[in-house]
Parts: sequence; structure tokens; C-alpha cells
Amino acid sequence: MIPKLFQWLLAGGAFVALWVGLILGYLDSDINDSTKDVILFLPVFVIVGFAIYSVTVICYKTATFNDCVEASKELQQDIKDATEDLKSKGFKFD
Amino acid sequence: MSANKEDKYSILLPTYNERENLPIIVWLLVKHLKCDYEIIIIDDGSPDNTLEVAKQLQGIYGEKKIVLRPREKKLGLGTAYVHGIKHATGNFIIIMDADLSHHPKFIPQFIEKQKGGDYDIVSGTRYIGNGGVFGWDLKRKVISRGANFLTQILLRPGASDLTGSFRLYRKDVLEKMVNACVSKGYVFQMEMIIRARQLGYSIGEVPISFVDRVYGESKLGGNEIIQFAKGLLYLFATT
Repeated sequence: MIPKLFQWLLAGGAFVALWVGLILGYLDSDINDSTKDVILFLPVFVIVGFAIYSVTVICYKTATFNDCVEASKELQQDIKDATEDLKSKGFKFD
Repeated sequence: MSANKEDKYSILLPTYNERENLPIIVWLLVKHLKCDYEIIIIDDGSPDNTLEVAKQLQGIYGEKKIVLRPREKKLGLGTAYVHGIKHATGNFIIIMDADLSHHPKFIPQFIEKQKGGDYDIVSGTRYIGNGGVFGWDLKRKVISRGANFLTQILLRPGASDLTGSFRLYRKDVLEKMVNACVSKGYVFQMEMIIRARQLGYSIGEVPISFVDRVYGESKLGGNEIIQFAKGLLYLFATT
């Protein structure tokens, strides 16, 4: 399989080629002027849209990142139990 | 746990200055593992004499359960795995950190997951389900989530936690992968999962709670972020 970098370059290149073709009129199309304006700013929309999506996802995932307080308490108890049991088995702690 | 009679699990514990944590982790492993297993301690000449502690533990639990394969000096994680695999007698290998951030109670879940889906690899994940972390402040969480998001977008790895190192592997799969990976240290964990996907191995995931006992930012310096960025770009361009 081709590396991810080249997958991105291919997809990006195809997008840019199509966009430039439409903007400069190389590609024959019967789209009206208001749609042309949308196409002109399409890369900006894509970038802004992706930025908003990214920030939203990261904020949401950060906010819902579990704080494992119980796991920490459990570990403290485990450490106590282990220390006691190991001592009884003859283990010498410092 | 319905352990298959032939299955044996070798737990690789690379240690460096884990004198305080090692007895606890070994005790917990013995407590939670009901299958056939061995704990291979690979100490890289720790100045705090972790090896002496390991020997005491071997005296308590026996040479069958506790296997010591020390090395003279610090030689890095990747080579510690190679070294450990060489001496492992199990057909499955479990890799975890010895600093108590990875709790052995999850291992039975790893084993169950592996059996359930006949997976080649089972990876612990902090990022889905009941998984999570303890001891991280907001900044660290944001960086971690941001890095994870970027990784998912760029690499589409098919696994949710690439930088974690609590995993179970089929021994032959791990052997092949260790040889296929060229990265060092931190990036090594990422490359392992990416290469696994590339080689067509199946990956199962188990949510884990990661208890970071080192508070503050000592473990997440600028250097680690640069290493991560380099690793990400390397994998992005080559895989």
C-alpha cells in the first residue's frame, strides 16, 4: 500500500486540480455565478470546517477523558496489601 | 478464566530503577494471573540495585515464575524486548511498564479478549470505553488528546492508543514485528501497531486505567513532543 503521505498528496492534488480547473474555466460547466463564488472560497471553507471539527473533537474528548480516581485508590490499597504480604513472606523492604 | 492448557504467557518487565515498584507489580501479577505464566525481569544495570530486589522475589516465588535476564547497562526498550523474547518460553507475550501505571488486573481481560476474537495483538487503550488516566492535569490531557487526534487523522491506524505500551502479542507475531520496527524509545510503540496493521495482523483493544504516579509535567517535556512529532511524520511518510 502506498504511504499515507502520498495518499494525502494524491487526494489533495486532485482537489486542487479540480478547483483550479473550475475557477479558471478550464473545465466547462454551466454553473451560475453564486455557485462560482462558493467554489472560489471552497478551500477556505474546507480548512475552517476541518479546524472547527478538530477543536470540537479534541475539546469533547478532553472533557470526557476519564479520571481514574477509583483506580488510583485501589492501587494505593494494593500497595499496602502487597507490602504486608511480602513482608510476611520474608521480603526485606529498604 | 478458561485458560487453554497449552497456552503460556510470558510477561516482559524491562526495569530501570524500579526498586520500589518491582515487588508490588510482581505481587499483583501473581495475584491476578491464574494461567500458566512466567515473569521475565530485564534489568538494565539499575544503579538502585533493582536486581537485588528481583532476586529476593525469585527466592519467594521460585525460578519458574520469576526469570531474571539482566543486562549490563541501559540499552533501550526495543532491544530489551528482543532480549526478553529470546528467553521467553510462552506462546504469548505481555509487555507492560513496571512503574505501576499498568495494573496487572487487566491481563485476564487481555487474555479473554484474545481468545474471544483470536487476535494476534491485544492493546490496552486509555482512549475508549472505561479507559482513562489518573494524575494528569488539563494541559496534559489536551496535549494527549490532540496528539491522538492528529495520529488518527494522519495514520488511520485501526487502534485507538498508539503510544501506550500495555499489550499482549502472539510470540511469533512480536518477533516478526520487533524485527520490522526501526524506531527507538517512545516512537517504537507507535510503529509496532502501525506495522502490525501493515502486516495484516488483527488487533483487539481493552480499555485500561492508566495511573500516572509521577505528578506534574516531568514526563512530558518539549523533547518528548518533538520525538512524537518526528515519529508521526516518519510513519506518515513511510507507511
